[in-house]
Amino acid sequence: MKTLVTGGRVIDPSQDLDGFFDLLLEDGVVARVDESVSASDAEVFDAEGLVVCPGLIDIHVHLREPGEEYKETVATGTRSAAVGGFTAVACMANTKPVNDSRSVTEHILEEARRAGYARVHPIGAVSKGLAGEELAEIGEMVRAGVVAVSDDGLPVANAELMRRALLYAQHFDIPVIQHAEDLDLTGSGVMHEGEWSTRLGLPGIPGSSEDVIVARDLILLEDTVGRYHVAHLSTGRSLAMVRRARQAGLRVTCEVSPHHLLLTDQAVSDMEMSTATKMKPPLRASTDREALLEGLADGTVDAIASDHAPHHVDEKDVEFTAAPFGIVGLETTLSLCLDRLVRPGVISISRMIELLSTGPARVLGIPGGSLAEGRPADVTVFHPDRSVTVDAATMASTSHNTPFDGWKLKGAPVCTFVAGKKINP
Amino acid sequence: MAAGTWQRKDLLGIAELSADEIRLILETAESFSQVAERPIKKVPTLRGKTVVNLFFEASTRTRSSFEIAEKRLSADGLNFSSSGSALSKGESLIDTALNLQAMAPDLIVIRHGAPGAPHLLARRLDAGVINAGDGAHEHPTQALLDAYTIRQHKGRIAGLKIAIVGDIEHSRVVRSNIHLLTKLGAEVTVAGPLTMLPAAVDRLGVRVCHRLEDAIAGADVVMMLRIQLERQSRALFPSTREYFQLFGLTRERLKAAAEDAIVMHPGPMNRGVEIASDVADGPESVILEQVANGVAVRMAVLYLLSGAGEEGV
Repeated sequence: MKTLVTGGRVIDPSQDLDGFFDLLLEDGVVARVDESVSASDAEVFDAEGLVVCPGLIDIHVHLREPGEEYKETVATGTRSAAVGGFTAVACMANTKPVNDSRSVTEHILEEARRAGYARVHPIGAVSKGLAGEELAEIGEMVRAGVVAVSDDGLPVANAELMRRALLYAQHFDIPVIQHAEDLDLTGSGVMHEGEWSTRLGLPGIPGSSEDVIVARDLILLEDTVGRYHVAHLSTGRSLAMVRRARQAGLRVTCEVSPHHLLLTDQAVSDMEMSTATKMKPPLRASTDREALLEGLADGTVDAIASDHAPHHVDEKDVEFTAAPFGIVGLETTLSLCLDRLVRPGVISISRMIELLSTGPARVLGIPGGSLAEGRPADVTVFHPDRSVTVDAATMASTSHNTPFDGWKLKGAPVCTFVAGKKINP
Repeated sequence: MAAGTWQRKDLLGIAELSADEIRLILETAESFSQVAERPIKKVPTLRGKTVVNLFFEASTRTRSSFEIAEKRLSADGLNFSSSGSALSKGESLIDTALNLQAMAPDLIVIRHGAPGAPHLLARRLDAGVINAGDGAHEHPTQALLDAYTIRQHKGRIAGLKIAIVGDIEHSRVVRSNIHLLTKLGAEVTVAGPLTMLPAAVDRLGVRVCHRLEDAIAGADVVMMLRIQLERQSRALFPSTREYFQLFGLTRERLKAAAEDAIVMHPGPMNRGVEIASDVADGPESVILEQVANGVAVRMAVLYLLSGAGEEGV
């Protein structure tokens, strides 16, 4: 099967490419990128006025299957990904049962293959049952297809277990992804500790809850020389530590989420304690947000990840303190980034694509993130300034928990190609 | 502002009220305060109106105060508590409220442990919602009755020095009071152990002290807050003994306040923990007046929210 994507602005940070090119996709790989490509037997996709880039990769999503299919399934989650312009997602291990074994990994991959909307890269658990005590069978899971390990949803609290994970994961050259949170410091907290938690009388989660774990892990990383990735990094202090550690030569990467880049803890008050503003880590102070934006621009941040965390309406439509943490993000991330990061000039469009594609591929060591010839024909096409209004009710995801409902944005995904095949979600 | 100009369906907190709205409630309360002095303590104002008291947390004084206020206004009150109800069987707050709504109440008075619970109901229900305390967020009628009591004694709020001492972090009373008193022009100081002072509390427009003596120096009003004894097990303070040594209001310490200072406490008190008995029962104490004024203030709130104000007092 051949597809010729013509007339689009092709932006590929992996090759420092930005110009008007034709793109030939053949047999699942990128066959040619050139100013003018002719392939008479190819199906033509006219991309005039559109941006064509390496397929977007979301390295932090929760697909909820197995176990909580009423919130999301692999099929609905990957369909949501495709609608949002993502060709691949990495899904966290906190399913029920936990993805700490070959059989769960294989089940997820089989469901993803059957759905056919986006590639799925499962992330295995660090510890058996996410209990934080014994290492899971990481080698077995790597053979089955996991690309990283993480107890996300929970931190690896035990320093000795973290040290061992950083050492052991090196056998497979995969990163250990940390949900950096000291649960003692979090306590009963439900939002960022600061002026707004004080005003609202809601228990706060201090920024130090994240920082002390990042600090500890970076010390362990120095000793182990492993690969370490901070999930949904949210504080200025954690980011500064990551920046310094990288300058010192440690193999540390980090991701941030659109909501931490665009909202602050004030949103909890502005939205009258709507549970759509309740997530972990919580929306932070404006100084944290500004630091994250700087980290985007200066290269410290490796990826933007939605932390797509679907929850059923019955669970979210309750008192703020009683609601689960998390929001959906697969269908809003690209438009939010285009409208609120690229349009105001916080980052260039090429840097955005790096953060949503090339960077995530590099973090996980997976083959996407590039339109170089011979690479997988995973392609995202988007309109850089088409107007859209976020409508939670019509999302492809089973869940609709988003604080961005009703936002008017410019820039929207148009379609994706996975292994050269146009996806119709 | 005349009674007929009251526009709100709900009373969820002091934060969203204007100074004029606060004054209107206090003035309306004044007109109701005489009802308690009559031989028959009842007026027909809310006859035919149904008020549901929805208490998800134990509360004797606030609940009794609302009940008496409702009875004095001739409203039909229905008491609903979480124990023994569908809530203890797992029904959600919203479902419970929708079931009550189906019975067409005019007003719902809610006390709930979760900040924002009254707001959640107010968005869904046609009935007016009165927040009778939501977690550590707001307790608007308490702040209103405090302000009423202060005005009774001082004739004004503006320019007064008011010290609030104790567990600031976990107190809904203090948040509502800070909003109310600063809106009416008082200078508010808060003090308490650093483990019980919430983050960035100074951003609420108050002075912050770490010593009781500094907080109450020259104060016209000293408001002591209840210490919940279970906080000790969470390492927020080492012992009640040490707490009293550092933050307990004694007669000796009270001398630092203004000569005609009044002492307040939202109750229930821990004598010998946050306040010495001779202060609690002393001439400066207006603690029982606060309780009495609570009924008049709640009558005013029920009256205004019921729409009765449209017809004039």
